[in-house]
Amino acid sequence: MFRSHVLVCGGTGCTSSGSEQIVATLEKEIERNGLKDEVKVIKTGCFGLCALGPIMIVYPEGSFYSMVKPEDIPEIVTEHLLKGRIVKRLLYQETVQDDDTIESLNNTNFYKKQHRVALRNCGVINPENIDEYIGMDGYQALGKVLTEMTPEQVIQVILDSGLRGRGGAGFPTGRKWSFARASVNEQKYVCCNADEGDPGAFMDRSVLEGDPHAVIEAMAIAGYAIGANQGYIYVRAEYPIAVKRLQIAIDQAREYGLLGKNIFDTGFDFNLELRLGAGAFVCGEETALMTSIEGHRGEPRCRPPFPAVKGLFGKPTVLNNVETYANIPQIILNGPEWFASMGTEKSKGTKVFALGGKINNTGLVEVPMGTTLREIVEEIGGGIPGGKKFKAAQTGGPSGGCIPAEHIDIPIDYDNLLSIGSMMGSGGLIVMDEDTCMVDIAKFFLEFTVDESCGKCTPCRVGTKRLLEMLDKITKGNATLEDLDKLEELCHYIKENALCGLGQTAPNPVLSTLHYFRDEYVSHIVDKKCPAGVCKALLSYEIDPAKCKGCTLCSRICPASAISGEVKKVHTIDKQKCVKCGACMEKCRFGAIVKK
Amino acid sequence: MAKSNTSVPFKGTKEQEAQLMQVIADHKEQPGALMPVLQQAQEIYGYLPLEVQEMISLGLDIPLEEVYGVVTFYSQFSLYPKGQYKISVCLGTACYVKGSGDIYDKLSRSLGIKGGECTPDGKFSLEACRCIGACGLAPVMTINDDVYGRLSVDEIEGILAKYQD
Repeated sequence: MFRSHVLVCGGTGCTSSGSEQIVATLEKEIERNGLKDEVKVIKTGCFGLCALGPIMIVYPEGSFYSMVKPEDIPEIVTEHLLKGRIVKRLLYQETVQDDDTIESLNNTNFYKKQHRVALRNCGVINPENIDEYIGMDGYQALGKVLTEMTPEQVIQVILDSGLRGRGGAGFPTGRKWSFARASVNEQKYVCCNADEGDPGAFMDRSVLEGDPHAVIEAMAIAGYAIGANQGYIYVRAEYPIAVKRLQIAIDQAREYGLLGKNIFDTGFDFNLELRLGAGAFVCGEETALMTSIEGHRGEPRCRPPFPAVKGLFGKPTVLNNVETYANIPQIILNGPEWFASMGTEKSKGTKVFALGGKINNTGLVEVPMGTTLREIVEEIGGGIPGGKKFKAAQTGGPSGGCIPAEHIDIPIDYDNLLSIGSMMGSGGLIVMDEDTCMVDIAKFFLEFTVDESCGKCTPCRVGTKRLLEMLDKITKGNATLEDLDKLEELCHYIKENALCGLGQTAPNPVLSTLHYFRDEYVSHIVDKKCPAGVCKALLSYEIDPAKCKGCTLCSRICPASAISGEVKKVHTIDKQKCVKCGACMEKCRFGAIVKK
Repeated sequence: MAKSNTSVPFKGTKEQEAQLMQVIADHKEQPGALMPVLQQAQEIYGYLPLEVQEMISLGLDIPLEEVYGVVTFYSQFSLYPKGQYKISVCLGTACYVKGSGDIYDKLSRSLGIKGGECTPDGKFSLEACRCIGACGLAPVMTINDDVYGRLSVDEIEGILAKYQD
């Protein structure tokens, strides 16, 4: 028995800000103070509050230390762990009350409104130890399914729960399973889409890093339900920690007889294999993903036939997203009514969002469907830094659209987002403030799709390129209002004609910014101005004569020799020569250079 | 993404070849073996020149054009060697909104190379990547295994200097 447990976040966010070093220092200090048999250090998955990493929590007190530095560790060990005096100075300040008492983490703004189902074990257990997962009721759902339920009953439970695919499109999971069940074939497959490619989305990664066994257990359940004995997890190679923990988890499950032959002595066999992606966004599309597992260029195929009929290696296949799977064991254990009691009429349960961009609490949040954007941004997210104004939130990545300030009170679920021209997507939620140019953002996403288009169908390969060229023209101030109409027309054409989901949704960022922020497009075209001050070609750099001291620094570093002036006299920028690199502004010590 | 056209003579060793043959033997019977074999081959050689692709084509009995097709499809496979220090700047949405585009431009200017290229001394290569998932630290770049977060443009010179030994 240990007197204290120290949980340190070992997710990618905190690892990037140095949590490995925190663990090493902690262990050294604990050893030095002779506490090795009393205090245990556990490396967990993501706590969610990535902006404050590295994060550690000391139990039983539940003290939440944020932005921990290695040099703070000796003090925390000798004061808190040895003498029992919490180092309040280093705690997450929101947990320290005015009267100096300490508030529970669950009452802070960030956690108060959250409801963790898919993330329930993230940041709670050591993901590299199967016993901890089993201690949290792990693999009980698989046992229940194999020993007490028929495959049809399992599918009925999933149908009744109302669970919809968390990868973006929101297709009912139970229906997918029942189609695959109905396909008659000797060999069927279960696949997991862990090719989380939307830039700014990291929900699936956190589940895989923090609770890999939940996904493995759910895949075995899916295998039993549809009659498959082989599964594949297709995971991005860019997620090394997730890959490592998944492999460890698969090996441990195999060792415990929870994967392999004759599971729970019921005659059910199920095996899992990991497959690594190689950096192609289109492989997140289901048919492309299967083509890639088969060892080819990851190009999508025509649907129908749908994967439930003819999928991986031509066999009936169920493919679900990581977060979808993470919900399954809980639904089996707690019943479909429990799950359906959360959320809105047509979107049940919770959704994990990766909050990013211009927001104070960047990180991972899980809220019941139907929570409003305002609650997420202002309460959980802690608002926008620097007192700036909320302009829009982008959901659904390159396939989605933006939610403008006028819709901030809309309850977020699949259907509401579609009705305002965005989509749920996998859950990336990027907040933008007044300094973000919406034309530039549309262009950014188009650059992404042009880069990632696989080239198989013409509407996507050529069409997105033409869209990007038009957007480029607009951001350079060379477009006419006629171009706007052409832009819109081409968007609709691509939507209707592209082969796969990537192409069909590629114009969404353009359409949605055009819809809500048409005036910004117009001011680029008519006034030749970028209201947010982002588009370089429409900016000009000027020197404020009142602030310039004539130090000559800017004229010396200007790569285009566009700045002239004598020592100790006000300098000027020749706008004809200026290449708008911003080097002068970066270097000026007096803040005398302004962009307009 | 544009790839640099510098051709570097292939310098594979016998040991590397033996390792590759072992990898091919291990995967030969597996359905869809090409991707895992290419991934491990890139780990062995650091990149996938035609010489390596030919060995894989022969070993797995897959036409060379198909191997080449797969190698050029996925952005993680490289036909050219990378620099000693591989710099990746995240241009994912969260980082982009927080100014990673400026970080990327600054690196490109300082090193005198474009994305996908390597400095002539083989020291640095620069590439843009899509979301490494450290969005809480945006904007982010990585140099080999070191992660630099919450970056600003004026820190870049100092960071590069650390690698100029």
